[in-house]
Amino acid sequence: MRLRFLIPVATFAGIAVVMWYALFILNLTEIPTEFVSRPAPEFSLEPVPGYGPGLAQADLATGKVVLLNVFASWCVACMAEHPIFMELKAQDTVDIYGLNYKDTPDAAAQWLTRHGNPYQRTGMDLKGRVGIDFGVYGVPETFIISSDGKILDKIIGPVSKDMFEARIRPFLNGAGS
Amino acid sequence: MTSYFRPLLLATLLAPFIVLSAAAVFIEEKLDDPAQEARAREISGEIRCLVCQNQSILDSNADLAKDLRQIVRERISFGDTDEEVRRYLVDRYGDWVLLNPPFKMTTLFLWLGPVLIFLLGAFAMIVFLRNRNRVVEGEGSSKLSAAEETEIEQLLKSDKSGKNS
Repeated sequence: MRLRFLIPVATFAGIAVVMWYALFILNLTEIPTEFVSRPAPEFSLEPVPGYGPGLAQADLATGKVVLLNVFASWCVACMAEHPIFMELKAQDTVDIYGLNYKDTPDAAAQWLTRHGNPYQRTGMDLKGRVGIDFGVYGVPETFIISSDGKILDKIIGPVSKDMFEARIRPFLNGAGS
Repeated sequence: MTSYFRPLLLATLLAPFIVLSAAAVFIEEKLDDPAQEARAREISGEIRCLVCQNQSILDSNADLAKDLRQIVRERISFGDTDEEVRRYLVDRYGDWVLLNPPFKMTTLFLWLGPVLIFLLGAFAMIVFLRNRNRVVEGEGSSKLSAAEETEIEQLLKSDKSGKNS
């Protein structure tokens, strides 16, 4: 009973820990994808003019792990991650497909001409409906897709080098999973 | 007069904003059937805008909210029930899109937490009050010694004032 004076101190410490966690660790703006280990939704899209064949659900089941990057010419953060995708393409590390989200064909084509095209295939989601079917709520987002076309994980926001190593590389190494 | 003037002026100036905030509902297209439109708004009011998180898609001006409102109207005009419309959105964005979280295993603590904390507090208070009562009773029942009893008797009987006065 000597330690009773510690009750308020312990209560305060408990509340402080919860709040510290919520403020600095928990990221509420990142909503994890609902699709983990579910197949990608059905869709079929025309390509960005001049940039490879179009993109459909069937194209995602390739027998190896691929990335599906949601991008747009109006998206500033997409320019930040673009060089990383160009590098992946140059090194032939992983195939990347581009889902062009709520853009115009001309603007998208111009953007790819200016910044380079890292995508094997592109699809134009002019109305953003396919994006919604994928649960996209902000651009850029990058889906990691398994060999049989299931969604393994999603990265929200621009992909950085570290993020690639931490969250994408493991899937590439565990080939076929 | 002056003391009334400033609050009145403020109230007059601010009144339009009350109306404005209530009218901040974005409608780009209505369904023809007013009953369906009412349902669409009711559902939209309970769907979280994923971009501006603490607003419903009914109150939000974000592009995604606009698209989602459109989808809600579309689903309803296709003949979906309210539950099916919600299901459609939850399938894509998870329970997080519902401003009112569903009651299930993963949200058990969210729903029952407040009751649990209340019960804990009530229990702690009962224990505390009981202990305090016991202390008070203990003091009241302590017996006076024989010498003290006789001193009190004397003091009560005598008309003399005490030493201290």
